[in-house]
Amino acid sequence: MSSLLDSRGFEIVARQDFSDVTYLLEVRHPLMAKAARAGQFVIVMLDDHGERIPLTIADFDRERGTITLVIQAVGKTTREMQDVCRVGTFLHALAGPMGEPSHIGGQHRVVCVGGGLGVAPIFPQARAYKEAGAHVTAVVGFRTKDLVFWEDKFRACCDEVIVCTDDGSVGIKGNVTEGLRQAIAAHPDVDEVVAIGPPIMMKACAETTRPHKIKTVVSLNPIMVDGTGMCGGCRVKIGDGIKFACVDGPDFDAHQVDFDDLMVRLKRFAATEKAALAKYEESCRMGREPAA
Amino acid sequence: MAKRKTIRTIPRERAEVGEQDPQVRVQNFYEVTLRFTPEQAELEASRCIECPRPACTPGCPVGVDIKGFIAKIAANDLRGAYDVITQTNLLPAVCGRVCPQENQCEGACVVGNQLAPVAIGRLERFVGDTAIAQGWSNVPYIEPNGFKVGIVGSGPAGMACAADMAKAGCDVTVFEAFHLPGGVLRYGIPDFRLPNSVVDAEIRNLEKLGVKFVCNTLVGRLFTIEQMIEEMGFHAVFVGTGAGYPSFMGIPGDSLNGVLSANELLTRCNMMQAKDEGFDTPLPIGAKVAVIGAGNTAMDAMRVCKRLGAEEVHCIYRRSRNEAPARIEEVHHAEQEGIAFHWLTAPVAILDDGKGGVRGMRCIKMELGEPDASGRRKPVTVKGSEYEFACDLVVVAIGTNANPIIGQTSKIALDKRGYIATDADLATSLAGVYAGGDIVTGAATVIKAMGAGRTAARSMKKYLGLRDTETVYADPTPPEAALFGFDPAEHNFVRVKAV
Repeated sequence: MSSLLDSRGFEIVARQDFSDVTYLLEVRHPLMAKAARAGQFVIVMLDDHGERIPLTIADFDRERGTITLVIQAVGKTTREMQDVCRVGTFLHALAGPMGEPSHIGGQHRVVCVGGGLGVAPIFPQARAYKEAGAHVTAVVGFRTKDLVFWEDKFRACCDEVIVCTDDGSVGIKGNVTEGLRQAIAAHPDVDEVVAIGPPIMMKACAETTRPHKIKTVVSLNPIMVDGTGMCGGCRVKIGDGIKFACVDGPDFDAHQVDFDDLMVRLKRFAATEKAALAKYEESCRMGREPAA
Repeated sequence: MAKRKTIRTIPRERAEVGEQDPQVRVQNFYEVTLRFTPEQAELEASRCIECPRPACTPGCPVGVDIKGFIAKIAANDLRGAYDVITQTNLLPAVCGRVCPQENQCEGACVVGNQLAPVAIGRLERFVGDTAIAQGWSNVPYIEPNGFKVGIVGSGPAGMACAADMAKAGCDVTVFEAFHLPGGVLRYGIPDFRLPNSVVDAEIRNLEKLGVKFVCNTLVGRLFTIEQMIEEMGFHAVFVGTGAGYPSFMGIPGDSLNGVLSANELLTRCNMMQAKDEGFDTPLPIGAKVAVIGAGNTAMDAMRVCKRLGAEEVHCIYRRSRNEAPARIEEVHHAEQEGIAFHWLTAPVAILDDGKGGVRGMRCIKMELGEPDASGRRKPVTVKGSEYEFACDLVVVAIGTNANPIIGQTSKIALDKRGYIATDADLATSLAGVYAGGDIVTGAATVIKAMGAGRTAARSMKKYLGLRDTETVYADPTPPEAALFGFDPAEHNFVRVKAV
C-alpha cells in the first residue's frame, strides 16, 4: 500500500529513448505490476495541471514491481513528458490497469501485428499467447532500421518475428499488412490475428484478414478523460451499437469496428492540440522552464 | 420560557439573501447565491415555529435535527448549531447547497403551508460555512476497535459511510479512481454551485476523523472487492461507486464530435479545470449549445456553457417545466441567466456539418398524455411538428446507466439493470460487502447517496458487532424495545468533542 500513498506520485525508475520521438518509461507500481494483464491500459497525468491521457501498458514486471510505457511524443503532454520525465522524477497520477484484459487462451496459431506505437503494446499480448501455448508470429513495423526496438524481446518469446520497414532498410520493405499477408500465406491455419497501431493500420489489417475470415482483434485508443466509463468520450461504433472503449474494450472485433468514425473522433481536439503544442514549443524556445 | 411562536408572530417574508446579478455571474464561476450574514441567519432562524413534532426532520434523508440546530442559530450559538447538525450530517456546507430542499425538509415545513417555508438549506449552509471559516470540526474520542473498513468511491455515499465508520473507531480507507477525492461533488457540480474549496474542507474534516483517502486506485482492476476481504485484511467493504456510464439517445448523429455527455463536459470543466488558464485539458465550446434533459446535471451543463462564452444555450426537454427533475432554484437560476427553454420538445436526429461536427438538430414537439409508471404524464409526439434547429454543440444529460466495472471484476450479484443488488440493510450478495448510492439505485441526489452511506454504515457496524457505548447529546428518553440492547434507530455511536 505504501506506494499508493506516496504523496510525490509515481516514480520513474528507468527511461530509454528509441528515437527522437519514441521513449520508454518504467514506473514503480508494485500493485499494478501484479494486477496488469495483456491488453490493459493506464491513465497518466504528468503534473497537477496536466490532462489525463490513456497509454497502453507495454510491459509489466511483477518481480521488479514496475510497469512500462512506450510513448510517442505527438502532442503537448507527450512532448513535455519527453522533456521532463527522467529517472527519479514522478508522475502526478497513474491509474490502472484499466479495461478488459485480452481474451487469451485456446488459440492454436496467432499472428501479433504491431505498427509504430503499437509495437510496444503488442509485446505483452505476444508473450501471453505464447505462455498460453499458441504458436506466435510477430509482425512489427517501423519506418526505418534505426527506429527498430525490442526485436530481441520479440525473438525471445515468439516462434517467428517478421520485421517490416517503410524503406526496406531491414526486413520486408512495406507496411505491416505485407508482413501479415506473408504470415497468413505461410500458415493458412492461423486462428487469430491481433493488431495494434494507428487506426489506419488496424483498418488495413482488418481488411487483410476479412477475406480469410480469420478472427481479428484490435485495441482501440480513442480520446478519454476518466477511463472508468464515466464520461463516454471514448465511445466507438462496433457493429450496430455504441461501446465505451475504456470499460467495454479496449479490445474489439476488428471486423465490426467503424474505423472511419474512430479516425474522425480522434481529431476532435486537433486544432486545440496543435495550438497547445505550438505554444509549448515556443515557450521552450524562449528558454523558459516548461510550465510547472 | 418565551411565548410559543405561531405562524402569526413570525416574520412573514424569508430573510433576503444576496445573489450575484445574472448579467455579472454568467461571466464567472463564483457562487451564485451568497451566504447569509449572521443577522440574516438569525432573522430567518426566528421564522421556525419549533413544532413539537417537526415534519422537517423526517423529510431529511439523514434525519438532521433541524429544529434543534435552528434554535441554536436563533440563540446565536453557532458552534452549538454545528454540533447538532454534525451528529447526523458531516457535510453541512455541501448539503446546504445541493440538496433539493423543496422536496425534503423545506417541502415538509409547516410554515410553508401559509408562507414561504423556513430557508433550512441556506441556514444549514450558513452553519457549514461558518464552521469551515472558523476551523471547527468534531472529532470523536474513541478507542480504535481494530476493524479495517474499505470504502470504494469517495463521493457523497462513500464520504458519509466513511465518517460513521471512523467515528465508530474503525480504521477507514477510501479508494478513489480519479486523482482527487470527492466524486460527483468534485467532477460534477460546478464551482458556482459548490466550490471545490468546500469539498476540500469537508474532506479535511474526514481526514481529521482518521479517514485515509487513496486516489488513483480503480478498485476492481487494481485489486478486486474479493481481494479486499480475502487478502488485504478489510473486515467490511462499502461500494459507493456512483452510476457512471452516461446514456446517449440512440438517434442518428449521436457519435458526432460536437456531441458529448454532460459528465464529460462537467469533468473537463470542474475537475480538470479546463476553464482555467494553464491547465492542459481541452474543452469543447460551442457558440450555440443545445443541452438535452432538464435535471440538475442538465442545468449545471447549461450554466457552465454560458459561463464558457456560448452565445446561446438551449434546453431541450420532452416534458414540461412542471415535470423537470431539477431543483426549482436551479431552473430559476438558469432562466435568469438567459437559457432558452424548449419544453415539450424531443430531439429526433443530430445533423452532421460534413466535417464530423454538428450543424444542428431535428426536433419534434411533444404533448403530455396519460401518466406513466413514474406517475408523470407521458410525453407523446405531435405528428408533423418536426423542425430543424441550428446548434454546434450538443450536450446529452439524460441520465446514466450502471457502471460495469465492479460487476465485471467480482462475483457480486447485480440486478437486471446491472446495478448492485442489495437487501434493505444495503448488504450485497458478498459477506461483509455493502453498497449504496447511485450504483444501487441509479442516478439520484447527493443527500440520498449520503443517506445510503449512513444506512450501510449502520448495517456494517451491526455486522462487525460494534455497539454504541455513549450517545451524543444525551437523549432524555432512552430507546425502547431495543433488540438485545441494540437500537437500530440510534444514529450515532460516539460522543463528540470540540477541537
